Amino acid sequence: MPAAGGGRAGPGPLRQRGTRRLQGTPPASPLSPRPPAGRRAALGLVTLLSFASRFHRLPEPPHVCWDETHFGKMGSYYINRTFFFDVHPPLGKMLIGLAGYLSGYDGTFPFQKPGDRYEQHNYMGMRGFCAFLGSCLVPFAYLTVLELSKSLPAALLTAFILIFDTGCITLSQYILLDPILMFFLMGAVLSMVKCNSCADRPFSASWWLWLSLTGVNLAGAMGVKFVGLFVVLLVGLNTINDLWDLLGNLNLSLVTFGKHFLARVLCLILLPLTLYMAMFAVHFAVLNKSGPGDGFFSSAFQSQLIGNNLHNVSIPEQDGYPLSCHCDPYPGGLCRGEGIYTYLHKDLNNLWIIKKHDSDADSSSPVEFVRHGDIIRLEHKETSRNLHSHQHEAPLTRKHFQVTGYGINGTGDSNDFWRIEVVGRRAGRLIKVLRSKIRLTHVATGCILGSSGKTLPKWGWEQVEVTCTPYVKETPNSLWNFEDHINPKLPNISLDVLKPSFVEILLESHMVMIRGNSGLKPKDNEVTSKPWHWPINYQGLRFSGVNETDYRVYLLGNPVVWWLNLFTIGLYLLIAISTAVALKRGVQLTSEHKGELSRVVLCGGGQVALGWLLHYLPFFMMGRVLYFHHYFPAMLFSSMLTGKYWMLGEATWKIARGAFQILDGHFNSSRSFYLFHPLSYGMIGPMASDPSSPMAGLRWMDSWEF
Amino acid sequence: MLGFLKNPVVVTAEINLSLVALTVMGLMSRLWGLSYPRAVVFDEVYYGQFVSLYMKRIFFVDDSGPPLGHMLLALGGYLGGFDGNFLWNRIGAEYSMNVPVCSLRFLPALAGALCIPLAYQILVELHFSHCAALGAALLILLENSLITQSRFMLLESILIFFILLAVLSYLKFYNLQRHSSFSGRWCFWLLLTGVACSCAVGVKYMGLFTYMLLLAIAGLHFWHMLGDRTLSNVSLVCHFLARGLALLVIPVAMYLSFFYVHLALLYRSGPHDQIMTSAFQASLEGGLARITQGQPLEVAYGSQITLRNVLGKPMQCWLHSHTNTYPIRYENGRGSSHQQQVTCYPFKDVNNWWIVKDPGMQQLVVSNPPRPVRHGHIVQLVHGITTRYLNTHDVAAPLSPHSQEVSCYIDYNISMPAQNLWRVKKSESAGRPVSILPPRSDTEHKYSSSALDWITMDTNIAYWLHPTSGAQIHLLGNVCTWASANVAAVVYTCLSLWYLIRRRRKIYDIPEDAWQLWVSAGQICVGGWVVNYLPFFLMEKTLFLYHYLPALTFQILLIPIVLQHLSDHLCRSLLSKSMFSALVVAWFSSVCFAYRTFSPVTYGEPLSVAELKDLRWKDSWNILIRKQGR
Repeated sequence: MPAAGGGRAGPGPLRQRGTRRLQGTPPASPLSPRPPAGRRAALGLVTLLSFASRFHRLPEPPHVCWDETHFGKMGSYYINRTFFFDVHPPLGKMLIGLAGYLSGYDGTFPFQKPGDRYEQHNYMGMRGFCAFLGSCLVPFAYLTVLELSKSLPAALLTAFILIFDTGCITLSQYILLDPILMFFLMGAVLSMVKCNSCADRPFSASWWLWLSLTGVNLAGAMGVKFVGLFVVLLVGLNTINDLWDLLGNLNLSLVTFGKHFLARVLCLILLPLTLYMAMFAVHFAVLNKSGPGDGFFSSAFQSQLIGNNLHNVSIPEQDGYPLSCHCDPYPGGLCRGEGIYTYLHKDLNNLWIIKKHDSDADSSSPVEFVRHGDIIRLEHKETSRNLHSHQHEAPLTRKHFQVTGYGINGTGDSNDFWRIEVVGRRAGRLIKVLRSKIRLTHVATGCILGSSGKTLPKWGWEQVEVTCTPYVKETPNSLWNFEDHINPKLPNISLDVLKPSFVEILLESHMVMIRGNSGLKPKDNEVTSKPWHWPINYQGLRFSGVNETDYRVYLLGNPVVWWLNLFTIGLYLLIAISTAVALKRGVQLTSEHKGELSRVVLCGGGQVALGWLLHYLPFFMMGRVLYFHHYFPAMLFSSMLTGKYWMLGEATWKIARGAFQILDGHFNSSRSFYLFHPLSYGMIGPMASDPSSPMAGLRWMDSWEF
Repeated sequence: MLGFLKNPVVVTAEINLSLVALTVMGLMSRLWGLSYPRAVVFDEVYYGQFVSLYMKRIFFVDDSGPPLGHMLLALGGYLGGFDGNFLWNRIGAEYSMNVPVCSLRFLPALAGALCIPLAYQILVELHFSHCAALGAALLILLENSLITQSRFMLLESILIFFILLAVLSYLKFYNLQRHSSFSGRWCFWLLLTGVACSCAVGVKYMGLFTYMLLLAIAGLHFWHMLGDRTLSNVSLVCHFLARGLALLVIPVAMYLSFFYVHLALLYRSGPHDQIMTSAFQASLEGGLARITQGQPLEVAYGSQITLRNVLGKPMQCWLHSHTNTYPIRYENGRGSSHQQQVTCYPFKDVNNWWIVKDPGMQQLVVSNPPRPVRHGHIVQLVHGITTRYLNTHDVAAPLSPHSQEVSCYIDYNISMPAQNLWRVKKSESAGRPVSILPPRSDTEHKYSSSALDWITMDTNIAYWLHPTSGAQIHLLGNVCTWASANVAAVVYTCLSLWYLIRRRRKIYDIPEDAWQLWVSAGQICVGGWVVNYLPFFLMEKTLFLYHYLPALTFQILLIPIVLQHLSDHLCRSLLSKSMFSALVVAWFSSVCFAYRTFSPVTYGEPLSVAELKDLRWKDSWNILIRKQGR
């Protein structure tokens, strides 16, 4: 086998190289408590360069770029304390808001669309904060690789790759969630690696510190975006592996093992969970004013928001005949008359009057309560037509029945009768405002009133379709609750009794976020970025500017760096497989090399490669819209792998090293950075197809749009 | 060589009578009264269309799966002499006399029956006792949902048959591996594994899950072989190549051959032609071939042509023009050129014809010899009927304002120059057939269910209902088997974890070989269940209960494994052993009872309303009860 042969031929030159390396870096004792001056200087240099590259020309362009329009706006919402809804957890936006608040931004800029000028508004605090976190990535990656490989050149290479990657710079310079996410992600990886190297001194102060820092960073990563889950997975797998090793160590008593186990549960599960919940607590405490996000949440929740029409109101608790109510598909959306559509905002057309199916109650009759199982009619208050359904197909969902308003002045036919049922109740029970989730069954056809979630075309005012579904199934689409309730004869209650507990709010907001995330589907015929585009740097993202006169910023990785990373991943797989096979076949290696090979190639490299896989592969299975910038967390891992490879090339395979030297990472990455830097720092002038452009001749792939 | 002269020729037949008995029982349970009901049952309405198309040799593409399954169903029709004349339009429609119901349903039923001896053999090959194997076979035999699914013209039973066959042949191959590598039987079972895998994938793409599982297990076993220092490098390479050939190359080749046969059988033009390329359509009898027959291959100046959009999405269409002009102003106020409209028209029409013209020449006739149009040439396209040039200019297109409008140029004598020169660029990549058939059903169906409902069988599917009597057929499993299969999976997982942790602490509860058996049985059964079940949580298509049946089959195989393990290793005293056996007998009789109880809805026996109500053990089951007095 070639691998075995290569391994056998190896030992001679290998040993020389190994000893020379040891001579070359004298004080490389990995566990020395104080890093030598050289390393400290290197760390300082790396950090300095990183900050310089990220803060260079930070204020430009002085207008809203790409997703700043979302995240800047949400930062303003925090400053104004207006309630909003977003598909991501709140930490990232909260930090942006905090940075803006501390730097004197007053939250008045509307962030309406990309390209809007900031004028006098102070946006530098928010951008600076993101750039600061983005700059920290480089020293983090440097320290991680140093810890994993104990090799200064490897760590330096990683750092330079990241410093000179145009994509990382671009992504760090704007008000986005990605630098924040990547900061916590790399922080978690670094703490995990540090904690692993403290493994021989368990329960020492530094061990506890790194373990709990891992937990804190995990909470941060999860709190910024749900893709933080991947790093949680990475740390989780690492921890399971760790515990498994400890379990196999028969010198450890079960009690000690139990301590190890509990320490990890405490630091990696309970601590992050508490922090994560604390974030949401702060989020809901800060946002106490009604805003654009109200309609996504249940009525009980809305009653807690200042300015919402459910706030501090008192309405009759039990529904009686006759009454007007305002019904709301649970959750999110109200219904509207004539053609029946659900309407996501509230207005007078949402009011209906509940009547008995057989008699018209007039205002003088005594109050009768609506009970579970009653048969009722719903009369639209504005137009006096009854809610009606029949066996015609609905406009969009052909398999459902159409729902209309029918009859004149409240007289209709038997197709207007609906049975009202409360979920999970017995017959005869009273129906309560807001709290009762009800289902309306059409008496004649047995179908259930629901909203299909599809938007009607122009003739339907682009409102949401309401249908009557013949498939008797329990879905949230067919549940409704009474929201507004007007009945002068009933005593009013204050909605404070309905106040949902924090856990309920937390669960509800997660349901809403998950639904929102899965709702981000690409439209038909829309060209979206595919995951396989990303590692080959196939296509970038336009951050700002289209035309020649615009200030253009284009998110694109430094092609030399990215292609080097790609090449390294392939090479790594090849080497890892052949090493594993060689070891399995019992190839004769000196024990020193064997240990080093399996440690460097399989363990350390394996961890980083696993991180890359975990942050990349899941995207292939996602149905939602994907963008190029989703690859950047994975790119951090592949850069670290590239850096580590340097060490491997130096220590073991001569051929591999030769190939690597030809590429000469340092030189190439900095030179190509010089070539491509206008992408990140922005450019004005003719497009790249024009020879007078600074980017002329650099459009190496047709798919790059600069 | 001439041994038969010295010694008498002796045939020693060893017949496992219990296996034969099981097979016979299986055949009886699946084949009994096969032609009842003589009506279209559930998805027969879907597969029947394809059988008819095969009988008539009309080309079609089914976007939901590869063709082997349809071809096998069609084979049944062919053997029964079906002429394909039946309108498959409604579930419950009576079959006409020309439909050989029995032979159409025979192959799936046979495959379903053969699953029973396969299950028996799999357990034997996993080195479990005859008793456990018998138990597995009986559980499969008495599983109502598998019976229902086998008795109609549906694909699941064929799929399950091939899956089990692949598993069995891999196990046989692996067990031969130790002492007789590269023997004839070894090769046979290895090849059969690959063939069965490709057949499973060829019937339904779901077979891919089991194929992947077997590949992973084979990879794992090979990895263990790598550690075996007694094997030379050369023999390892030989082993690797043999596996690669049988498990990768042959399946791929077989899979392609299914399509080859499919295309060879279907040579007539049909309703699905349009999703294929023009070149392919021209190869079908009838259809486009009638037009293209005898027409020149190369386009020359002066040729009359039609231009079809290669993508064919969302519908195929041809470049078209007519005398109507674009409106002067669109609804949103943008202006247009008010020139002749150019559209893409989805039907064949005389207005789709264009003439290729050389801009340098005046006349439109083909010169002699014809001058072919080549890549890079600049041409003008003249619309045949209106003789106007195809033109584009810097005016926004009607619906996509970012693109330029395309029109046929009318010389209004205003300052709008004609820009009607076009460069011909040949695209090198040949058009790929794209499937654009609308999805088979909307995401909502009366009997669709979510994957989570399947474990507890919270859902059923009504397959057929007799128009007058209360007889009906449901896809409904044996409640007892489903519950015990779930329990077995949970017990297996917990016990394995327990053993694993204890072994890590060097405490060995069971002997090493028993542990190996336990692990290898789990790889197949739990692995089979996981790979055939969990992927459905990621799918967004409409899901039905019958998608769970392959996973269920694996889960059922796990029951006797767990039972035998419990009795062998956890019941230490004689008393507890006999108690356990008594419990197993009691449990098995409850399985039989559940089978008896639900067999009326499995076989479609008439039932009274009261009996039907009694059968509704779960509120979520949809058993059709006719309203009284109608």
